[in-house]
Amino acid sequence: MLAPVEAASVPQAGSTVGRSRGLRDRLGDKLFYGLTAAASLISVLLVLAIIWRIFKGAWPAIQHFGLTFIANNVWNAPLDQFGARDLIIGTIVTSFGAMLLSAPLSVAIALFLSELAPPAIRGPAATLIEMLAAVPSVVIGLWGIYVLAPFSAQHLQPAVSSVLGWLPVFANGRDKSESTVFTAILVLTIMTIPITSSICRELFLGVPQELEEGAVGLGATRWETVKTVTVPSVRGGVIAAVILGLGRALGEAIAVTQVIGNFIPLQRSIFEPGDTLASRVANQYQGAITDLQVSSLIYLALILLVISFLANFGAQLIVKRFEGKLQGAS
Amino acid sequence: MTEPALTLKATGRGRRRLLANRFAEAAAVAAATAAIAVLGILVWSVASRGIQALNVDFFTKGPALFGQSGGGIAPAIAGSILLVTIAAVFALPFGVLTAIYVSEFASRRFADQVRLWLDTLNGFPSIVIGIFVFTLVVKTAIPVLGIGRHQSAIAGGFALAIIMLPLVARSAMEVLALVPNQLREGSYALGVSKWQTVLRVVLPTSFGGILTGTTLAIARAAGETAPLLFTCAIAGNAVDWNPSHSVQSIPLTIFTYSESADPNLHTQAWAAAFVLIMFVLVTSLTARVLLDRSRRKLGLSR
Repeated sequence: MLAPVEAASVPQAGSTVGRSRGLRDRLGDKLFYGLTAAASLISVLLVLAIIWRIFKGAWPAIQHFGLTFIANNVWNAPLDQFGARDLIIGTIVTSFGAMLLSAPLSVAIALFLSELAPPAIRGPAATLIEMLAAVPSVVIGLWGIYVLAPFSAQHLQPAVSSVLGWLPVFANGRDKSESTVFTAILVLTIMTIPITSSICRELFLGVPQELEEGAVGLGATRWETVKTVTVPSVRGGVIAAVILGLGRALGEAIAVTQVIGNFIPLQRSIFEPGDTLASRVANQYQGAITDLQVSSLIYLALILLVISFLANFGAQLIVKRFEGKLQGAS
Repeated sequence: MTEPALTLKATGRGRRRLLANRFAEAAAVAAATAAIAVLGILVWSVASRGIQALNVDFFTKGPALFGQSGGGIAPAIAGSILLVTIAAVFALPFGVLTAIYVSEFASRRFADQVRLWLDTLNGFPSIVIGIFVFTLVVKTAIPVLGIGRHQSAIAGGFALAIIMLPLVARSAMEVLALVPNQLREGSYALGVSKWQTVLRVVLPTSFGGILTGTTLAIARAAGETAPLLFTCAIAGNAVDWNPSHSVQSIPLTIFTYSESADPNLHTQAWAAAFVLIMFVLVTSLTARVLLDRSRRKLGLSR
């Protein structure tokens, strides 16, 4: 701060001070620019490095099994035979099951938080539901094993299969197992609700008030306003929020491996044990002996990566398109 | 009296509409109540089962020998602190520098790209990140520090850092974007160079927000199990601060205890879960409150 004053009062010396300062500034700017640019470049390259290393790690298994790995359904370490079919199906069943439960619930919660709740409890309620997302998955899994799974096996599963038991998917488990695909679906539902509902809440809050007031002015009830104005005007965002929740469910390893029973071949009913890609990888962390088994586990991770990459990318594309439409409309 | 149409009570279609409305409102209230109830039941289950095992030994001693009761998780607590510190040391500078580049230097198109890639990284399953570090550090030798070819706290901390990086960077970007442009312009008008402006004006203004964003990321990383499975899982039973050794951690301890057959270990798992959940909930709640406050402060001064 003092430098310019000095420069003004002592012009002779000022020029050299100015020059060295200018040099330092230019050098500093360049260095700083380089440093920050390098950091962001590395952050971006990290994504590519992860994909590349996973692919490379899976390469021996890809060479050995080829694409039949996806269609095969054995996991026999002593014989070095591995396949992913039922793990892929298990991943899809658990995540989509969780999505079916969590999407309507999340939208309802978001509507409560944005439209219905009295202002005094909006903030606290939203924070509490977001806190659910902060609970570590291993704690939810522990709770899932010892609290949720027994409750579900004694009350929820018999109740559901007494009504829908004629469908093989809901048929009662043979040995009343506590570790079931259904418990995993419940756990994933709990984990995805805070993600989906908090995004939906922000979307609903962003809907222009005039639109909703217009509907109310025309005599619509609150439900009709929500159904015909609020939700449709942010439909793309809601879909993206659901897919983001799905992405979380696809990749969840710990909580699922704790409650699902780690069993293939997959049974017909969701009230039987099962397994998923992420759960199988997590479960084998100490048991992988041969190089081919390690490589097969990485192959599983690669399949998981591709699935979740597609889901996330899809969500972002939908959001982009949706945002573009909004800007075009306004 | 002879004209019932004049009553204010809705009939027919109007009644149906009102009922539908009431039903929908009730459903929304029920859904929100259920979600909050699940959180309550979860915290209560953990607290009621875990508190009984909390004592001085629990925080100062290692695990009991098989079959004996008591014992503690001191090695896991020390390990978790070490792992999270390593993760923060990796993630904080990279995250903040990335955020500075995006908010101060980058063109809008490039900034959007960086955001997109960070979101993609954030969407990667954490177990995949664990596998990545496993193939990178655990399976290959790294000449320095002797950390290659085996599991280590550095490998685990690096995996947690990758989890933290997008969180730190995105929250820092958000806060930097809130710094009023007049502050930057004022600094330039005084002849201050860009990097000095960033270091002396922009960063100090947004320091609180960046700190709370980092705290949220730390709370998240402290509870992650999957990245540690392949990178820092097989460890000794003593407190170990050497980053080139594999160390125990709280989440992994809960994970292995929860799958064991020993009921004493179940109690230990609940107690460890109580410690973890309290740490995570208290830090993220505080950070959130502080973040809201600093956001409001920055927003107002604009």
